[in-house]
Amino acid sequence: MRPKLELLDRALVERILGEAFQLIEDPGVRVAPYVVDLLGSAGVTVENGVAHIPEVLARRMVESAPHGFSLYNRAGMPAVRYGGDEVHFDPGSSCLNILDSETQQSRPAQSGDLVRLVQVAEMLPQFAAQSTAMVCNDVPQEIGDWYRLLLVLWYSAKPVVTGAFSASSLHTLLELLAIESGGSDAVRQRPRAVFDVCPSPPLNWSEFASQNLVDLARAGVPAEIVSMPLAGATAPVTLAGSVVQHAAECISGITIHQLAAPGAPIVWGGAPAIFDMRTGKTPMGAIETAMLDLACSQVGKYLGLPTHAYLVAGDGKAVDAQVEMESGISAVLGALAGINMISGAGMLDFLACHSIEKLVIDAEAIASAQRLIEGIEPRAESLAVAMFAQTGLRGDFLKLKETRALFRQEQHFPSAVIDRGASGVASDILERARERVEELVAGYRRPEISPEREQEMLAFAEREGRKAGLQELPGVTNVECPSQVS
Amino acid sequence: MSDDTFSAMRQSIIDGAPDTASALARQAVAAGIAPLEAINHGFVPGMHAVGEQFGQGKMFLPDMMASAEAMRAAMAVLDPELKKLGTERPMAGVVILGTTQGDIHEIGKMLVGTLLSAHGFRVHDLGVDVTGEQFAAKARELNADIVGVSALLTTTMRNQRGVVEALEKAGLRSQVQVMVGGAPVTRKWAEEIGADGYAKDAMSAVALARSLMEQKTRSAVAEPV
Repeated sequence: MRPKLELLDRALVERILGEAFQLIEDPGVRVAPYVVDLLGSAGVTVENGVAHIPEVLARRMVESAPHGFSLYNRAGMPAVRYGGDEVHFDPGSSCLNILDSETQQSRPAQSGDLVRLVQVAEMLPQFAAQSTAMVCNDVPQEIGDWYRLLLVLWYSAKPVVTGAFSASSLHTLLELLAIESGGSDAVRQRPRAVFDVCPSPPLNWSEFASQNLVDLARAGVPAEIVSMPLAGATAPVTLAGSVVQHAAECISGITIHQLAAPGAPIVWGGAPAIFDMRTGKTPMGAIETAMLDLACSQVGKYLGLPTHAYLVAGDGKAVDAQVEMESGISAVLGALAGINMISGAGMLDFLACHSIEKLVIDAEAIASAQRLIEGIEPRAESLAVAMFAQTGLRGDFLKLKETRALFRQEQHFPSAVIDRGASGVASDILERARERVEELVAGYRRPEISPEREQEMLAFAEREGRKAGLQELPGVTNVECPSQVS
Repeated sequence: MSDDTFSAMRQSIIDGAPDTASALARQAVAAGIAPLEAINHGFVPGMHAVGEQFGQGKMFLPDMMASAEAMRAAMAVLDPELKKLGTERPMAGVVILGTTQGDIHEIGKMLVGTLLSAHGFRVHDLGVDVTGEQFAAKARELNADIVGVSALLTTTMRNQRGVVEALEKAGLRSQVQVMVGGAPVTRKWAEEIGADGYAKDAMSAVALARSLMEQKTRSAVAEPV
């Protein structure tokens, strides 16, 4: 039996959906001019930029969204399955800062840092997908979004969770993706990336977000709605009320998306959080934030949709007990909830900072969570009696062939990041994490890519980079050791 | 006016009770109490108490918002009375607030604006997705003392630098203090972009604005004539 955690009973899910459908009709949803005609053609009234979406239409659009889809790796093989109770993890996205490995102080992230993070995540099986994890401060701001994707595609063969920073730059990212994948048809057939699209709370699909939804749908590239109600600030203070808002934002987004291209893949996702009433911060490690994620995801599952959430992030400023407690707890909860893609590993300080050391520690928490959801299996017809028949009361189970045959299935073996009493390991977890990062980077080999595609990617990057005054391609043509980057 | 009445005014702010605050203000006017006296001895001490209790973790943001609302209700009665007398409440400073370009998040800025207003600042809120040039133009128009720039996203935080640059370009930088805030913003970032201060929350933004005004006054006094 696979263990599963649900926070809402069926009646409450129905009430949440009932109110969500009510909200998208009245007061309605703020939408951008870009989608007014699209909505109007489906009979939606749009007045003063506010769309009043009828429940009947919204339900039909939700039904038209696929219940699952795959993301593919560079070899064109399905590597991440969205849908059902599949659980995958990827590092958190678009961070501006990195906790420097040496000083453990936050500093602006550079392309060398992203390269290193991608290499580490590539080596860790806990991460089924990469993310465009950092914004590189050594490239011009206006090309920051596609440049992250370039580095990830350059150094990884895994699927990617990414997103554009503007309406227009989405097409630059899609062009790059198409070059790497062998054309836009290949991207449509075997998408390697999913694109996050964020409504603004409450109930606002901005120009940028509206346009991204429509353009992704028409390109056949998966979109991932990242709805972010802040309970008590930009959303109702009750967890249930915020889940309603999340559902309303997702349903209205799906309606726009499916009207643009029925059947296009889309994910019911989010990064909800509570609003801390003392500090005004949005604690990602708070248990209520995790509860919101689980409840939001449960509502999406109830509708049969693929799901995403933001977990495995902590709020302290250092890789310490608080941050790892928060990250570990939410990794376990997310896995138990069967959320398809769980983003956030490696991040701390309210998502303001990434740490590669934290990423490898989080990977251990994720591995534990993954083991947990494998559950307890009988493994044989006899659970214990047959083994006792061999050992009697001597208790020398270590000698049994069953022990040798089954211990690898029964036990997860963590890396040396986790102190299990082996000799020669550092007593400090940060030191063990640093060693693990070095070990993974040393073992990393860049996945192969055909020279033609590589040249095309370079030509693209040089052309687009030049437009922003970039003379070289940091992280690609001059890979620097992050410790030398300041 | 009795100490009991001042005490009730103070309490109406602490309780976040706009109806009570408004009623007490009207009573003061009817009793012929100088509006400034009601403000300075009744309502303002209430806001100070709220600030203190917030700092001690005894009050929370929703409590503070309610207190600011009560303050606004009292001032809605007292401000016109001050005007009738040809005077006005001493103004703590003129602040232009806005969320930076590309960012449409309101909440942090709204909190700061509410509290600054409650503490005697004249606040002009430019809203969200505001360019550096818009900040500079409004600062010039209103002869602002402070420009406060909010950002919630790591990606839009970088546009706070553009506001500092726009003020420099407009030749206003020496007259206008810049304070920055928002979830991803740090003191280090504020220093890096040449802002004058960073506040981690709305209450510290009030303290920062006061301190920036003091600096401004000091430097104005120190300037040779």
